[in-house]
Amino acid sequence: MDISFDLLLNAIAAGLLLGGFYAAVTAGVSISFGMLDIVNIAHPGFVILGSYLAYFININFGVDPILVSILMLPAFYALGSAVYQVYYLSFEKRGQESLRGLAFFFGLLFVTEVSLILVFGVDYRYVEAAYIGPSIHIGLVDLPLRMLVPCLAALALFGAIELFITRTFTGRAIMAVSQDQLALQLMAADPIRIKRIAFGISIATCAIAGALLIIIQPVEPSVGREYIGRVFAICVLGGLGSMPGTLIAAMLLGIVESLTATFYGPSWAPAVSFGFLLLTLAFRPAGLLGR
Amino acid sequence: MTALLHVDNISKRFGGFVALDGVELMVQPGERLGLIGPNGSGKSTLVNCICGTLQNESGSVRFDGQVVDGLAAHQRTHRGIARSFQLPRPFTSMTLVDNLRIPLLYTVHARSGPLRSTGDLDARCHELLEMVGLVKKAKQMPRDLTQVEMRKLELARAVAAEPKLLIADESMAGLSHSEIEDILTLLVRLNERGITVILIEHIMSAVMSFSQRLAVLVSGKKIADGKPEDVVRNPEVVRAYLGQ
Amino acid sequence: MNTAKFSLIAIAIGAAVLAFAHWFKVDYLYFASYTILQFIVLATAWNILGGYCGYVNFGSAAFFAMGAYSSVFMHKFYPLPIPVLIVIGAIVSGIAGFGMGYLTLRLRGSFFAIATLALAVVLQTLVVNWDYVGGSRGAYILRPESLEFAGITINYIEYLFALMLALAVIALVTARVIERSQLGFGFATIRDDELAAEACGVPTLRLKLIATTLSGAFMGMAGAPFPYYIGYLQPSSAFGLEYAVNSIAMPMIGGTTSWVGPLVGAILLGSAQQYATVTISSAVNLLIVGLMLVGFVIIAPNGLIGLVQERLRARRKP
Repeated sequence: MDISFDLLLNAIAAGLLLGGFYAAVTAGVSISFGMLDIVNIAHPGFVILGSYLAYFININFGVDPILVSILMLPAFYALGSAVYQVYYLSFEKRGQESLRGLAFFFGLLFVTEVSLILVFGVDYRYVEAAYIGPSIHIGLVDLPLRMLVPCLAALALFGAIELFITRTFTGRAIMAVSQDQLALQLMAADPIRIKRIAFGISIATCAIAGALLIIIQPVEPSVGREYIGRVFAICVLGGLGSMPGTLIAAMLLGIVESLTATFYGPSWAPAVSFGFLLLTLAFRPAGLLGR
Repeated sequence: MTALLHVDNISKRFGGFVALDGVELMVQPGERLGLIGPNGSGKSTLVNCICGTLQNESGSVRFDGQVVDGLAAHQRTHRGIARSFQLPRPFTSMTLVDNLRIPLLYTVHARSGPLRSTGDLDARCHELLEMVGLVKKAKQMPRDLTQVEMRKLELARAVAAEPKLLIADESMAGLSHSEIEDILTLLVRLNERGITVILIEHIMSAVMSFSQRLAVLVSGKKIADGKPEDVVRNPEVVRAYLGQ
Repeated sequence: MNTAKFSLIAIAIGAAVLAFAHWFKVDYLYFASYTILQFIVLATAWNILGGYCGYVNFGSAAFFAMGAYSSVFMHKFYPLPIPVLIVIGAIVSGIAGFGMGYLTLRLRGSFFAIATLALAVVLQTLVVNWDYVGGSRGAYILRPESLEFAGITINYIEYLFALMLALAVIALVTARVIERSQLGFGFATIRDDELAAEACGVPTLRLKLIATTLSGAFMGMAGAPFPYYIGYLQPSSAFGLEYAVNSIAMPMIGGTTSWVGPLVGAILLGSAQQYATVTISSAVNLLIVGLMLVGFVIIAPNGLIGLVQERLRARRKP
């Protein structure tokens, strides 16, 4: 196979940009699964919801999708808190997270997807913004702005979360709750409230991730399903709850997927992330930078 | 006489935290060993490594002359190690009788040859429940039990597996004085029948009266091991419990 | 009631249903009931691993589709009668279940669930890229009009219906046998507290592998006749998410602790879906399934059977 250097370089660059975006989508799962041990497989469903809301407001009012997502943060946060409250009362309290909690989130994913189909139909939707279309060129490499801007926004989001976790009291309380709930209680902080805040943040990230997604590619309701594997693969590979690990794993996955799509064809791409996930779970569940 | 249990210099870490650091322990057949140590000293981790719930990272565990590293917990139970959990873990969807039937079916019958009839099984379950004073609640569910009764069920379930070595992990917490006496009498009776017992407890009076030998674990290291009256006078032990 | 008696009753009921359907001779009823019977098998199969052991499988579609695609493969390679295909489907999906279990059952339940999802997508991608069985274009299987058997001509759809009915009976009897056996007892300990089960001497990994293999095998059996039933098989329909949702929703709504739950769930939900698809739309129908799953899981964790049991228990107490 003739591998042109030009093609290779571009594939890697695209992979890096894609990886940055994947990190944004995974950030929320790093919190909900990595730190709170909640398997929220409905996470991609909420991301798609964010995409559609960004689409709706962008198409009807012409507002920039990233701006829309920032305005929607409070609503998504509230949604996350509400979902956690139901989850806690119905499952965590009764100790039934494993079977019923999973079924709950699976049901939510399904309901979200089908509701979107009913409201918006199955056609692909896309947004319009000034940076969708043009690219910048650095030497041999083509960087489409519709990928560069989301990647930068994603990194900003990621950085913001990392700062929050390590520098604020609530953030550190979240880390504490992931490690030792009892100790946190003794420090007179309510672990349930902390977890609710954390889960709220986790879903809030979906608003932004959704907007970024629909900038990068056209969206239809079942797109979320492709992301389930990606998101959990990145989370597990990066070592649960480690933000730097998640970023590295996301970049890695992005590059591998990009190379696969470029040299083997895009129909193999889903197998890459899910295959990665299976292999990681089978052989190194503690992640690359395993704890 | 070869030791029944030989914990040979085992270590166990959780990430950066060292739970066990080169712990060496020998238990002779028929012995009554007490294991004490402040909270977080690694006692439960040690039990988990002996029983196979966790695997030690270095060193080895030898039981009855054979290395058991790498064996799953259920295999070690088949070989004769049984334990009760510090926080009781009953099978919540089954009655008390059925809870006891599990170790009988899956351990005792897995060892010996011909299967006994259901009649025999039921009788044995009731016998075990009688032993811990729970026979009146035989058909009830674990959720109907008090904390204390759940601990007794834990112990009964461990004994049901007909072990050579029984590790009782804080079975006496919260019991009244007479209940503690009952459990101690029970453990001594089991010991007289030939079962080696490791008693992990915080209740010093119980530990002192029960143990032939006492070992002390502090921060993952064994700091004392010998006759109970000598160990409690060991300055390091006193320091560990009373602080500096 | 011992197993022999139960089996006889089940077979008798099955035979009665078959005779009843034969007398009515409405093709649409055959098609609709086939789907429901298929769901009875899938729901029962899922429940062996999910309800009895507590391990959630999101990839039911994968095992179902593997049964279907092994039939497509054999159809092109060396045509065989459907009962043989069913056995082949069982073997293929059973091995897949075993393999997946071996790779992932040492992990916690939540990791296992995610792994099943991953497996489904990987398998789907493999099939989409495999031209021999049609790839993304799909495969046509021509269904003969009728079948000659001992001098009698049977309508082919009736034949498929009878096969699926037999499978449903076998699945239900198997589930009941497991439930009442030492194996089922062991499964329950895994569901209740795996660590304690190990400490009691239960070989949890071995039992879980048995569960995944059996569960996978039955799903493969349900899938094997599918290409003949549907005539045109596409990866998107074989691997469709509705199989995953329904095989979870039906036992959870019906009740996961006994063989009755998946049966009840499959009949109720299956019929409701048939009705909704025809009268409203297939998308709305799926929405209702999803909402019911979420609702039941929150409000009635032990399903309809659980609600009935609670009523009976309440009535027994003075």
